[in-house]
Amino acid sequence: MKELIVISGKGGTGKTSIVAALASLARSAVIADCDVDAANLHLILEPRIERQEPFWGGSKAVIAAERCTGCGQCTDLCRFDAIAGDGPDPGRAARVFRIDPLACEGCGVCVDHCPQNAITLTPTAGGQWFVSRTRCGPMVHARLGVAADNSGKLVTHLRRTARRLAVERRRDLILCDGAPGIGCPVIASLTASSLALAVVEPTVSGLHDFVRVAELTQRLDILGMLTVNKADLNPDLTGRLEQAARQFGFAVAGRVPYDSAVTRAQVARRTIVELADGPAARAIRALWAEVQTRLQACKDVVDPPVHLAS
Amino acid sequence: MRIAVASGKGGTGKTTIAVNLAHLAAKRGRPVVYADCDVEEPNGHLFLRPTIVHQRSIDRLVPTIALDRCTRCGLCSVACRYGAIACVGQTVLVFPELCHACGGCRLACPEQAICEAPRSIGCVRHGWSGCLRFLDGVLNVGEMMSPPAIQAVKNALPPVSSLAILDCPPGASCPVIESVRGADFVLLVTEPTPFGLSDLALAVEMTRALRLPFGVVVNRADRGDREVWRYCEREGIDIVAEIPDDRAVAEACSQGDLAAEKIPGMAERLCALLDAVESRATAEKRGVA
Repeated sequence: MKELIVISGKGGTGKTSIVAALASLARSAVIADCDVDAANLHLILEPRIERQEPFWGGSKAVIAAERCTGCGQCTDLCRFDAIAGDGPDPGRAARVFRIDPLACEGCGVCVDHCPQNAITLTPTAGGQWFVSRTRCGPMVHARLGVAADNSGKLVTHLRRTARRLAVERRRDLILCDGAPGIGCPVIASLTASSLALAVVEPTVSGLHDFVRVAELTQRLDILGMLTVNKADLNPDLTGRLEQAARQFGFAVAGRVPYDSAVTRAQVARRTIVELADGPAARAIRALWAEVQTRLQACKDVVDPPVHLAS
Repeated sequence: MRIAVASGKGGTGKTTIAVNLAHLAAKRGRPVVYADCDVEEPNGHLFLRPTIVHQRSIDRLVPTIALDRCTRCGLCSVACRYGAIACVGQTVLVFPELCHACGGCRLACPEQAICEAPRSIGCVRHGWSGCLRFLDGVLNVGEMMSPPAIQAVKNALPPVSSLAILDCPPGASCPVIESVRGADFVLLVTEPTPFGLSDLALAVEMTRALRLPFGVVVNRADRGDREVWRYCEREGIDIVAEIPDDRAVAEACSQGDLAAEKIPGMAERLCALLDAVESRATAEKRGVA
């Protein structure tokens, strides 16, 4: 079983459009939307949800007001400014303490050191995850709760679910849509995958951000491949990108030209290869052939990915 | 006044708008600071080309263990909720990238064998782009947690008297929340496509959860469909500006040029946007006061 993860560094470079197109070309893949922060793949693949489960994100501290004596030990120890006194309380406590759930990182220091044992850590609902059926194959995806954290943990969970699904349904490829950036969700989606395909636009920002994510890919010892999207926008930078990619040991795949059909396909909720056979669609078909060849040389994934906390 | 430029979806033009607004405000003689909070992929410097006058390391505390005092009791790893410290046989392993610097292990150690030492996760750079004050944060590659680095950028902001334009990371979770918190106004940049709309809706939910005043800029407004306008009307959301799709702008941005300088008519359009945002932010402030 191989696992392909599509990354970009900079956001909005066409990752999701390309993943959707590859999914419709692959036919036999399990699809995973690991861009849990801003998931979009479902808008094109229109999944029918078969299974829906809550995602338990990070734990947050909760103070049992009736046991709190207002000693203030918790506020003194909290490094996240997550505990504040609520002013004088006419009851037995001089002050009532309250947790700010947005600031609380669930470290448990207040829980462990409250002299009254008045604080507990409670898992919080961090969103939902789904197993669905799409016209291009089974799909795992998620909706992260509003202002929720632990997106890395959710990504790891989705990848595990996708691997189980691939075994069950005898699929030999997992196709993951990744997140922009180089932080927690990206590390969680890259770790121990077979191949990272970077979709990058030929801009100074695209180049700058690609170099950072390529360095990360190299450090995590993942094979890389680059395709330049909208390559004709700036041929000079396209060349520089491909040169940089080679320096990081990335294979350089074919370029995808600018094609207004890509936006039209998105609006029509179709993948570009389903909608048209224009320049972008043709380039992506060629890219898929190259990706398949490259995947044969990549390592299989077997073990579940290492758990990464947020 | 603090204005955060955010988006939900990546690549909608946050940085383009943030750098141009900051540049134009400085050109009008305003004391203004541009702060790049997208510490994972900071790009503002590519457009503003600042002279960096100094940079400061962003440090986080991580535990160090005095093995001569450590009895391998393992209480530190029990206390750590992040799996960042593990007692394995005769050694104690610390995984700094997983550490949240809560200090729980130090408090839990009965032998006082743990102390905390700073470890650099990136840097904050200070500089000038002409009269524009420039700030950005750069997270080291391999670091997982960007919020502490974003906090460091925000802590480096000058006092509230001047205008600050914060360029935020994409998404709608912890890094964005850290960036927009405390802003007087959030400008959400979107594009009129299904992806743009879906991510805008997430960003709107987040901004509302934080109770921050916000408005929308529709970039590349003549592409895609009309759903973003329908959504904004339904939700009573203020569209502050629309910017048409223009290949010349895309080409200028691809080379790191400021659209306000290169594209005729762009400076006027963006100055109007700046005025609109500032008057809304001022009105909100008055409303709150």
